[in-house]
Amino acid sequence: MKSATLALASRTFPSRLIVGTGKYPSLTVMRDAIESSGAALVTVAVRRVDLSRRDGDSILDVLDQTKVTILPNTAGCYNAEEAIRTARLAREAGLSDLIKLEVIGDERTLFPDNEGLLHATRALVKEGFVVLPYTNDDLVVAKRLRDAGAAAVMPLAAPIGSGLGLQNPVNLRILLEEIRDIPVIVDAGVGTASDAAMVMEMGADGVLMNTGIAGASDPVRMARAMRLAVEAGRLAFEAGRIQKRLHAAASSPIVGTL
Amino acid sequence: MIRLNGRDQEAPDGATILALLETAGLQPGRVAVELNGRVVQRAGFHRVLLRAGDVVEVVHFVGGG
Repeated sequence: MKSATLALASRTFPSRLIVGTGKYPSLTVMRDAIESSGAALVTVAVRRVDLSRRDGDSILDVLDQTKVTILPNTAGCYNAEEAIRTARLAREAGLSDLIKLEVIGDERTLFPDNEGLLHATRALVKEGFVVLPYTNDDLVVAKRLRDAGAAAVMPLAAPIGSGLGLQNPVNLRILLEEIRDIPVIVDAGVGTASDAAMVMEMGADGVLMNTGIAGASDPVRMARAMRLAVEAGRLAFEAGRIQKRLHAAASSPIVGTL
Repeated sequence: MIRLNGRDQEAPDGATILALLETAGLQPGRVAVELNGRVVQRAGFHRVLLRAGDVVEVVHFVGGG
């Protein structure tokens, strides 16, 4: 697979960075940040239309769908039924089978409800969805999601919106070693460029982030930083890093010194 | 009366989903509609008639991660 591309189900996307569209100071900043990120997959949420007020631009008016593919999410769903219902509506609104599946089990941490997530994954795969489940960094759950037909697994690095960066490198390493047949995309908790680079260096297939970019003082610059970090991390992974060693190893020849 | 996005609302008996959306000032191509718990395909908006007691949900995409 080419360094820069991410394959999901039968589709290939020209960037390993997936970005969200929430929490931006304005739609203009969001649009510029997405362009700067180079992301080809962009998440959106599904919500009731507020009929009491007429909004200006719709988010779809701002996103150039010749450049980016919409990835609807089921954020805010606390059980499988709500998530399935939201996914069906998202498919009709976006005319695409891609769904970022969230089934949340706890309000304070926004950690996933594994049981609901598995149930919803099975149901949506059966209905023809390309299911990308947001999960915790648990190998057993990841294997079950894969076996249920998920097109990727998306373990968190840290709680959603926390910006803490990767908190459990061992779990992610194990997951990356064991889940080889579908992409592993780190979703949530990335705070800055080095967080993204680190998980990519470890061999993650992609990174999904929202707050890390949207909440930065300059989201457009941070979007570029994340783009470069994801690319750099991937290249370093593919290039094969040197072994770490305790003592020095001279870079210049030892023989021939005066 | 129908229930639209959680609120009771008058809707002329026999009005279509499309008419309802247009009255609300919504672009049919930008929303998805659920009628009594089932998704209505966009191609059917002009055919599906509303009846008293129907529960309609109209959703769209907003910013999110």
